[in-house]
Formats: sequence, C-alpha cells, structure tokens
Amino acid sequence: MAVKVINDKCRGCKLCVKACPFDAITMVGKLAEIQSACTACGVCIEKCPFDAIIREESDEVKDLSAYHGVWVFAEQRENKLMSVVIELLGEGRRLADEIGTELCAVLCGNHVDSLAQELIGYGADKVYIANSPILEKYRTDAYTEVIYDAIVEYKPEIVLLGATHIGRDLGPCLAVKADTGLTADCTRLEIDPEDKKIKQTRPAFGGNLMATIICPNHRPQMSTVRPGVMDKAVFDENRKGEVIPLQVKITEDDVRTKILNIVKTAGEMVSLTDADIIVSGGMGLGSKEGFDKLKELADVLGGTIAASRAAVDAGWIDHSYQVGQTGTTVKPQIYFACGISGAIQHIAGMQNSGLIIAINKDENAPIFEVADYGIVGDLHKMLPAITEAVRKELESK
Amino acid sequence: MKIIVCVKQVPDTNEVKIDPVKGTLIREGVPSILNPDDANALEEALKLKDTYDDVVVDVISMGPPQATYMLRECLAMGADNAYLLSDRAFGGADTCATSTTLAEGIKKIGDYDIIFAGRQAIDGDTAQVGPQVAQRLDIPVVTYVQGFKIENGKAIVNRMMEDGYEEIEVAMPCLLTAVNELNVPRYMSVNGIVTAYEKEIKVWNHDDLQLDPKDCGLNASPTQVFRSFTPPAKGKGEIVSGTEEEVARNLVNKLKEKHII
Ligand SMILES: Cc1cc2nc3c(=O)[nH]c(=O)nc-3n(C[C@H](O)[C@H](O)[C@H](O)COP(=O)(O)OP(=O)(O)OC[C@H]3O[C@@H](n4cnc5c(N)ncnc54)[C@H](O)[C@@H]3O)c2cc1C
Ligand SMILES: Nc1ncnc2c1ncn2[C@@H]1O[C@H](COP(=O)(O)O)[C@@H](O)[C@H]1O
Repeated sequence: MAVKVINDKCRGCKLCVKACPFDAITMVGKLAEIQSACTACGVCIEKCPFDAIIREESDEVKDLSAYHGVWVFAEQRENKLMSVVIELLGEGRRLADEIGTELCAVLCGNHVDSLAQELIGYGADKVYIANSPILEKYRTDAYTEVIYDAIVEYKPEIVLLGATHIGRDLGPCLAVKADTGLTADCTRLEIDPEDKKIKQTRPAFGGNLMATIICPNHRPQMSTVRPGVMDKAVFDENRKGEVIPLQVKITEDDVRTKILNIVKTAGEMVSLTDADIIVSGGMGLGSKEGFDKLKELADVLGGTIAASRAAVDAGWIDHSYQVGQTGTTVKPQIYFACGISGAIQHIAGMQNSGLIIAINKDENAPIFEVADYGIVGDLHKMLPAITEAVRKELESK
Repeated sequence: MKIIVCVKQVPDTNEVKIDPVKGTLIREGVPSILNPDDANALEEALKLKDTYDDVVVDVISMGPPQATYMLRECLAMGADNAYLLSDRAFGGADTCATSTTLAEGIKKIGDYDIIFAGRQAIDGDTAQVGPQVAQRLDIPVVTYVQGFKIENGKAIVNRMMEDGYEEIEVAMPCLLTAVNELNVPRYMSVNGIVTAYEKEIKVWNHDDLQLDPKDCGLNASPTQVFRSFTPPAKGKGEIVSGTEEEVARNLVNKLKEKHII
C-alpha cells in the first residue's frame, strides 16, 4: 500500500505539502510529488481538496487461514506475573471473543507451573508453558528461541506483549524471526468487524499524532501494549483451561549473554500503574525536598508520588517514578500535577486519569488544557493547605 | 576495533505543535536533529576512541539525502566515516524493512566489533530497529544500556530495568542500544567541523547493497499505516484561584462529591 499523486488532478495548491507530518511531499514544477520519507500515513489524502492523492492497494493476498488464537506473553519476574499480563488477558479476552477464537498465554521461566492456574483464572483457555533453568531470568536469545518455536508450531494469529523493558526487547526479535510486523506501544486495539483483522492504534511524534496500524499480509499480527492502558481481567478461580508444555531445545551455550548481577534501585517496584491516587511533581517543586510536601498529601490520601522527566533528570527522584511517554503511563482515579508545565510527552502518560488536578503558578501552563480542576498559585503554599484540609475532613468522619 | 553507530535524523518533536483550531500538526520551522538517544550511542563509541588506540567509529543512517547534514554533525563530533543508505526504494519502511536495509549496509561496511544504536527514535518511539538489526546480523543484543565497559574482550553492560538494572556480560560482536542515562554527548569541535566538510559521505542505494527493491521500503513492510489523526483535545476544566484556604476547601468539596474522601 503506497500513496500516489494523480498528476491530472493535482492543481499545485501545496496543501498536502503543508499537511504532511513527515515532510515527504515536495513540489516538482507545479505538481506534488511523494518522496521517500513517505510512510503512507494518509494525512495528505484527506487534506487534498481535489482528490488527487490516492492509496494504491496491493493485490497480493496470502493464505493466512492456518493462524488461530490470541496469545499473550505471560511475562513473569521472580515467579510473579507482571500486572500488564492481567491487562493483556482482559484485552485479549475481548479480542478473542470478537474474532471467535481462543485466548492463550505463553509462559517461560523455571518452576513457574503455579502461574499457569493463575493465567487460566484470568481468562486463558490454554497456557503454553516452558520450564527450564535457562529461562529462569529473561534473556533475549533464550526467550526468543523458545517462543519462536512455539509460534511456528501452534500458529497464533495475534501475539500481544507488554511494552515493558522485557517486552520491548523480545517483541522485535520475535517479529524478525517470524517474518512479521510489530506495532510498538499500542494504546488501543480493535478488531475490524469485516475481516477480523486487528487495528492497532499508537501515539507517534511524541504523542502529537495517533496512527492506526494494520498488518494485513503477515502472521502473527504482533503488538506491544503500554502497561496501565488496558483494563484488567477479572479473576475467576473456577475457570478451567488446558496446560500445554513446550519443548526447550536450546542449551546454555546458545545463549550469548550472561546476567552477572541484578541491582534494584527503587527499593521495591514502584507500582504507578496500579495506583488510584497519584501526586506528581515537576520542576516547580524547586528541589528534591519539594517531594516531601507531595509525600505528605499522598500519604493522607493513601496515594503514591510520581514525577515529570525534568524532575527525574534533575536527580531529585528515581526514574521509576517518571510519568509520561518515556516513563510510565498511568490511569489513576486522581492525578495531581504540581509544578508540571504539561509538555506533550508528560500529558501522553497521564491524560486518561479520572480527575486531573493541576497546581501551577503560570495560568498559561499547558497542563491546564487537560486539567479538570486547575489551581493557579504557588504549590508551596497550596499543597500544605490542601493536605491540612483533607486531613481535617478525614478526621471529622 | 571497529564500532558502527546507527544514527537517524528526526524532526525535533519538542518543537512540533498542534494548531489548536484546526487540530493539525504545525510542522513549519521544526528543525531536524540527530535523534537524542543516537547522540548517546555515538558518544559511547567516541569515548572508546578516546580510551584505546586504533578505534574506528563509523556512522550509518538510512534516510533521504538531507540526512547528510546530520551525518556531518556526527563527523564533526569525531566519527571517522559516514555512510548514508538512500534510495527511493527504501522509502516508507517500517522497522522490519529499515532493519533489513541497515543490516545490509552494516554487512557491507563489515568487520565490526560493536554496533551501537539509540534505544528509540523520537519520531516513532518504537525502539525496535536496534534489536531487529541484531537479529538480522545474528549477533547478540542488549537493549536499554545505561552503563558500558570492556573487560577481557567482552562487553559488560548495565541494562536499565523498571526497578533498577542488570549487569550483563555479552560476547562481541554485539549490538547495544543506548538510553540517555548512558553519558552526556559531546559537542562538535571547531576542528571537527572543518575536517567534517573535507570528508566524503558514502551514499549507497539498493544496487550497492544488492537488495531487490521488493525487499526494501514500503514493499517489504508488513505493517502499514491505516490512518492517522490528531488526538482529540480534552476540554479545558475549571480554573480556580483564591487564598490557599479557599482553594483547599473547594477542592475538598470536589473530592467529597466524587466520593474520593
Ligand atoms: C523524547 C522525549 C521524551 C520525553 N518523555 C517525557 C516523559 O516521559 N515524561 C515527562 O514528564 N517528560 C518527558 N519529556 C520532557 C518534557 O518535554 C518536559 O521537558 C518535561 O515534562 C518538563 O517537566 P516539568 O513540567 O517538571 O518542568 P518545566 O517544564 O520546567 O515546568 C515547571 C512548571 O512549574 C511551574 N512552577 C514553577 N514554580 C512553581 C511554584 N512555586 N508553584 C507552582 N508552579 C510552579 C512553572 O510555571 C512550570 O509550568 C520528554 C522529552 C523528550 C524530548
Ligand atoms: N533510518 C535509520 N537509520 C539509521 N538508524 C536508524 C534508523 N531508524 C532507526 N535507527 C536506529 O534504531 C534506533 C531505534 O529506532 P526506532 O526503532 O525507530 O525507535 C534509533 O535510535 C537508531 O539508532
């Protein structure tokens, strides 16, 4: 599928040149010409008042009917499922039901059998499980080989992975081996009611643009999905499912990396994606100590603190607390943004919060564009007053 | 030792704005820059060159002819040779097709010990091209590298995790993707700028790489953009100001209404 200009219809108005997000259209003489930077995103097609730009459909059709089932990569660390796995099972269930197919989980680790029942309780009809000391800790070569073999044998039509540091390492390697496409960091998945193919929507251009991606002629269709975006599956201990062991053919010698040491810097995993209440701070805090004020409010509300990237870069707080495009995507009931300007990369990670409350001394700060409740003022004065008022209210109950 | 760094020219997405009325991207005047993570990748390679004798640092990019500006910038920072893979046939590539082309370019340069890439490019944010190039070259990969050293002929890297990091030993040749925590990229030097303009940037097309056009670009991309749109803006909420006590009382009432407290 490519985009092409019909020269007879082009009037040289240049609207497409201005509209192209990728700077891929230039004027050659009086006619628009699509250059190699084109990604076939189609923005120009809609912009052209003369219908002079069209999409060329490719006519090659492959037989993809051998592929069935929606797979979820059941990422575990230290024998605990990552919470994004539960979200993927929730989303995967919905997709599988719409297609009319089964939902499966693929689980790798060492002695992880007990997790299979948990995956079934969360909705998996089948769990493919690979147990081996080689798979104890995630390593690219080992996980790629084992899961690739399973894909070849069982032919899933969709494979979903969490967009964690592990999922974003494994996904691309699997996609190349399986000779298929992979859509990164999706925030929405839909099944086309007509052809039952998946439509994957993700932010691009730092969140300024959303793109819906399809993978029409290759299987499996693969996506990594941002943690914290999809709704979790509900656990039902009475659910029944099948457990299918996978063969582990590789040996330790096939794995080209060795983990020497694991260092945890964040005390425990900061669970921003699970938090109902987040009190987040940025450069407006003025210093590391500013986070103490946030912590006080978070503590009375039973919430957790978080930060903008600028505050992380300033060294005031660990990276694991960062909300945004290159941090965590969060969806709490309430999100307090204190002294955060509201750069697009930050907003990308918190705009789906239930209630957004912003405190900023600059009334023109972009954060107010997304805030439900904007407080113009100095956070150093506002925060203690709010903490105090909330505390009083709770005590009076 | 030869090090190849994959670099991409990207629009500075920080400067991209949305027209609030029309809801379209305003691209005019948005500068093109060296992708930030790639600057970290290059810096790590240049640090090796500072430390050891006989280190050669080559930069490679796939992109339109304009990308030579960015490649000159890399030369001016201290890279030795620059290669641009440029051909209409490479256009419209998704990460799968990009990695095929880059891998062929890297094979043609040959004899590398380490390949550095950025973790992700800010235009697409996929973080896929690095590991995919490694797969195609059949060399080990470590992503999210925030620390790096060489010991006894092996690379020892710190791989950033959500809650800390892993120290990993990896055999060379290998591909490592850099995050911005890895180092602080240097600026171009005056001397560097002068020599950068004397150097030739080698430009290769699909014939040079012995790639059939059907195996590159849009033709070889399993994923396709079905449509793109600007995210609907969320309506502006209520703005309050007043004394701290008023604001706090107001807010508490709001939270009570919503049954949060
Ligand atoms: C590729 C890329 C990825 C990025 N990813 C992320 C990401 O994931 N997350 C992220 O957050 N950012 C990200 N950024 C950075 C982002 O562009 C902004 O630079 C960052 O979010 C700004 O942080 P800030 O709002 O804390 O700081 P500033 O922009 O400096 O804003 C500080 C705000 O505090 C206000 N203020 C100052 N003093 C007070 C006071 N006493 N009381 C009240 N208000 C006060 C000011 O008016 C101002 O609005 C990314 C950037 C790039 C290029
Ligand atoms: N066209 C390209 N030319 C050279 N390197 C690239 C190109 N595209 C991606 N890369 C490299 O791959 C990394 C990840 O890119 P991406 O997968 O697009 O986020 C970048 O930081 C670059 O190092």
